[in-house]
Amino acid sequence: MKTEKILEVKNLKQYFKLNRNTIIKAVDDISFDIYQGEIFGLVGESGSGKSTTGRSIINIYQPTGGEIYYRGKLISDPKTYRANKKFINRNMQIIFQDSTSSLNSRMTINEIIEEPLLIQKIYKNKEERRKKVHELLDIVGMDKIYQNHYPFECSGGQRQRVGIARALSLDPEFIIADEPIASLDVSIQAQIVNLFKKLQHKNGLTCLFISHDLAMVRYVCDRVAVMYHGKIVELAETKELYRNPVHPYTKALFSSILVPDPDGAKERTRIKYDLHIDIHSKETSHLTDYTEVSAGHFVYCC
Amino acid sequence: MSNNLLEVKHLMVSFTTEEGEVQAVRDVSFSLKRGEILAILGESGCGKTVLCKSILRILPENGSIKSGDIILNENNLLKLSPNSMNKVRGKEISMIFQDPMTLLNPTIPIGKQIMEAVMIHQKISKSAAKKKSIELMELVGIDDAEKRHAQYPHHFSGGMRQRSVIAIALACNPKVLIADEPTTALDVTIQAQILDLIQELQERTGISIIFITHDLGVAAKIAQRIAIMYAGKIVEIGTAQDIFYDPLHPYTWGLMSSLPKMDSDEELLDCISGMPPNLLHLPQGDAFANRNKYALKIDYLAEPPMFKISETHSAATWLLHQDAPKIQPPVRF
Repeated sequence: MKTEKILEVKNLKQYFKLNRNTIIKAVDDISFDIYQGEIFGLVGESGSGKSTTGRSIINIYQPTGGEIYYRGKLISDPKTYRANKKFINRNMQIIFQDSTSSLNSRMTINEIIEEPLLIQKIYKNKEERRKKVHELLDIVGMDKIYQNHYPFECSGGQRQRVGIARALSLDPEFIIADEPIASLDVSIQAQIVNLFKKLQHKNGLTCLFISHDLAMVRYVCDRVAVMYHGKIVELAETKELYRNPVHPYTKALFSSILVPDPDGAKERTRIKYDLHIDIHSKETSHLTDYTEVSAGHFVYCC
Repeated sequence: MSNNLLEVKHLMVSFTTEEGEVQAVRDVSFSLKRGEILAILGESGCGKTVLCKSILRILPENGSIKSGDIILNENNLLKLSPNSMNKVRGKEISMIFQDPMTLLNPTIPIGKQIMEAVMIHQKISKSAAKKKSIELMELVGIDDAEKRHAQYPHHFSGGMRQRSVIAIALACNPKVLIADEPTTALDVTIQAQILDLIQELQERTGISIIFITHDLGVAAKIAQRIAIMYAGKIVEIGTAQDIFYDPLHPYTWGLMSSLPKMDSDEELLDCISGMPPNLLHLPQGDAFANRNKYALKIDYLAEPPMFKISETHSAATWLLHQDAPKIQPPVRF
């Protein structure tokens, strides 16, 4: 399946200056590639820098350091980004985690989903656009009557689905999905996840899937990177990672997955990850200490 | 003294809206035994939060309890005056809400907020209340309680805030604790810690807990009994083992099969097609019928009653009627 690299992230750094003395290293020197047609998972606890990574890729933040190539174009460079803005926006879309603040509360659902189509001038008349909007609402499992509603009239799950419909409206080839299913119910989650899988197989969709739901990630993603404190601590193919986690943090994370099995749940023991043997305390000077434990399975400083 | 601490009988709750009457809870009956954790599981909008708010009688103004009884220790809560109801809230029954951020006052130190809860129902001095609040903070696993007593909510992480909220809820040694999705806003690792804490507190204090969740994994971990709600009704109730190893209702089957399995490689998840019904205009018959792969003709005509299968396990589906065709559930466990 591994064909062409669609996205290359090289030594990405994203620091935020809190005040004169404190710098938050939200993303600290990470590198990974995403290949055409794969769903790449990014997992970790909140504050580990997963969302920041996604936001840096789509140029919401200007990276502090490092390079991001999209289809060979250096999009982390403001000049190249501006020159290719239309191409990038046409092909790369993001689904935001917080659906409340990412939808304009003064626009109806129809206007929100229609807006990218208007800007990119894909459809000539209103009728075609309306048809597309209906199709998109149907894909995400929402009734047509919602098109004239405003975001505040919808529930959290519905708003999230509007965000997904908007991201899909331009049939992008690459989607950054920042916790797309976190606020949805189990049965709707399954619908959305199936939708991603279908789009991947049918349209060759490539996706950066950011999530903390490890069971879902195992199911959706082809490869997974585990982030902790701004670093990728482990990266491997999904099957390999879940079968053979190496980094202690990955092990701790996996041990806190809840299984829908009451007898099994009582027997499981949770592994605690000790912050004091935290990766930062070891050495942060150079990032050359990735070990490849088996083909394509990388562990950081373990 | 009966074994049931809290009993809800034929509860009906509805909301008056501009478009008409929304029946949020329709004829719900269940009981909570002493010292057990009962999970109420359901999708958003199925009425689980409304159910719990009606137990405390804290419904919004347009909501009203149409009929039914809520009996706590042989007292009918629905017959109490507003003043005596105030004495029940916090002291007999207390509640933890979903979002610890909005529940805590950002301008008051955490310790003071816990003290407030202690002093409202008990006549004790300030210094005694402070001592008690520090004890509570230690009980819920906040380290360095004495120092953190004076800190504000923004000094606390999400998990620590949820712990403080639990401390407030436990301030007056209530008999029943209602936990409304207390771990939804938290990370997996923190979620596991909070669930462990709730279990440990339950064992130590013997409190009875109603635990609202939409997460099957959480329910499996924490609950002894589980009630599944759909469109304002309890469709299946039983012990955790009943529900997970021998589910009877097609909706429960749907929920189970829409979870990704940790050890299989199927391509697509089974999901429940369609959407929950609009509670404004409920369809005739079983509310789940139009999403049900196994719907019988009668499902579109009449609502199924509760069929009791064993001492602990009942479900409301016509499939359990003696004349119904036998169907092999699709769940593989």
